[in-house]
Amino acid sequence: MSSADSTEIVKTDDSSLAPDLDKSLSDSISKKFSNIEIAYVKPDRIRVNVKKEEIIAVATFIRDELNFDHAESVSGVDYPKDKQIEVVYHLGSYTDTSLAKKILALATRTPREDNPRPGNDSTKLPSLRDVFPSVSFHERECFEMLGVYFDGHPDNRRLLLPEDWADIPPLRKDFAIKGR
Amino acid sequence: MSDQTYPKGQEALPGLQLEKVDDRIMTLNVGPQHPGSGHMRIILKVDGDYIVHCDPDPGYVHRGEEKMAEYRNYITNIPHLERPVIHDSCNILYPYCLGVEELLGIEVSERAKYLRVIAAELNRCVYTEYWLGIYGIFLGHSTMFMWPVGDRELLIDLLDKMTGARVTHAYFVPGGVRNDVPANFEDVCLRQVNYFEKRLKEYADVFYDNPILISRTKDTGVLSREDAIKLGTTGSVLRASGVDFDIRKKEPYDVYEELDFQTNVLKEGDSYARSKIPWLDMLESCRIIRDALQKMPKSGSVRVKLKPKPKGGDTEVYRRVESGRGALAMHIVSDGNSQPYRIKINVPSFRNLIAMPHLLTGEKLGNLPPVYWSLNYWPVEADR
Repeated sequence: MSSADSTEIVKTDDSSLAPDLDKSLSDSISKKFSNIEIAYVKPDRIRVNVKKEEIIAVATFIRDELNFDHAESVSGVDYPKDKQIEVVYHLGSYTDTSLAKKILALATRTPREDNPRPGNDSTKLPSLRDVFPSVSFHERECFEMLGVYFDGHPDNRRLLLPEDWADIPPLRKDFAIKGR
Repeated sequence: MSDQTYPKGQEALPGLQLEKVDDRIMTLNVGPQHPGSGHMRIILKVDGDYIVHCDPDPGYVHRGEEKMAEYRNYITNIPHLERPVIHDSCNILYPYCLGVEELLGIEVSERAKYLRVIAAELNRCVYTEYWLGIYGIFLGHSTMFMWPVGDRELLIDLLDKMTGARVTHAYFVPGGVRNDVPANFEDVCLRQVNYFEKRLKEYADVFYDNPILISRTKDTGVLSREDAIKLGTTGSVLRASGVDFDIRKKEPYDVYEELDFQTNVLKEGDSYARSKIPWLDMLESCRIIRDALQKMPKSGSVRVKLKPKPKGGDTEVYRRVESGRGALAMHIVSDGNSQPYRIKINVPSFRNLIAMPHLLTGEKLGNLPPVYWSLNYWPVEADR
């Protein structure tokens, strides 16, 4: 791993606004895992930054102990200055009514290469498909749009892009739209 | 045939691989030109009459909305962000406006909140009527194509009066709505919505109680409650499987908390239940609109004036609303510039896509239209 493999995001602390349940949720995660960072606790929105080696363990804990039963979306965000790509899983709960308003954002980062070879470079993350089956197509989209290969995902084919797409992954910041 | 080689990286493209010809299993491409598939391709493997494998291949109408949004400021993003689903354009702009308002710290006036709710509910009905027309024609029920498409015009006229455009209204802006409604709008709206509700109730006789429809859709494509939760489905698909989850109730935005309506939930999880939920939702929308017209302040400002090219803070927001198809969310990452750093549009159609192979595998080929269209799937929105 390169030295840029740390999770560092500007903290926005609104924790005084958050109700007790949000705090108790974030406390139970930080109590269980020492190596993670609670980026913010806003009303109904919690964000947890984890190292990519730990993401499956943290996601399993969130699913089994905190009752977040599905992933809503997988957003990939490119940070060329940090030489990293961030992937944010937004987790929600249908079965636990007290969590219906809450979204738990589970974020992790992976190194980014200037000359990407999607699938064959170091831009890789473990897939959360076995923990949350609903991420299946979202991770496929993230792979083609940002070049993040998901280890353990059985189907890393193209989804939305044309079959003959030969350029770099289009949602990377160095892919520029013509004329803009 | 087997000697042909493909360039590296292209051997695994969907539907383009060389395959051994099987005596039993046949591969069928439904779409992308076939109207019954929408703007997408469904690659099916059939064994006789039964579908043994289903591989959805979306992306034929991918327009790169998320990339475009990174090059425009928060205001000039409005018109193009509604393009993925032009019939439900208010609802796709809703989470964007809520998110940008949270980023910029804007408080919207009471009247604008009610106008937004009315426009969003009218849009939900316009979208659902369009979908219902397509659902009807693909089940061979041409009356159920003509009626919804005709009745939809009533609401399009209302939205035309409200926003100045029949579709693609660009009505919602961060800070409220673009303009106030004309003077006699409330009376016209009430009259049209009452008539629309009367028409909706007539759909039951011709469509939802029709024995042919029931025999085609009952017990086909059953999605269990556990699977609906596990697959992270949303909207009518989720609520037809017995999960009571509607963002308007669970995480009320704007003035939904003050309005009188209920969430429609059915337990069966089959195509019939999935096609009935949107219709029940339209009846509920009529209640919401009437209630909102009554409670709306009669005058007041509808728009907060913003500075040109407003800048968001160094933070991110995730806001969601209930659209015509389910929970629609926007994840907006801001780095302090006047353009968003990244927008992820999390659309319900894309979330429900995963249910398609799950439900179609094992079904008869003839059940493809009722199962596919009951998913309330809008390919253009899924592709973004």
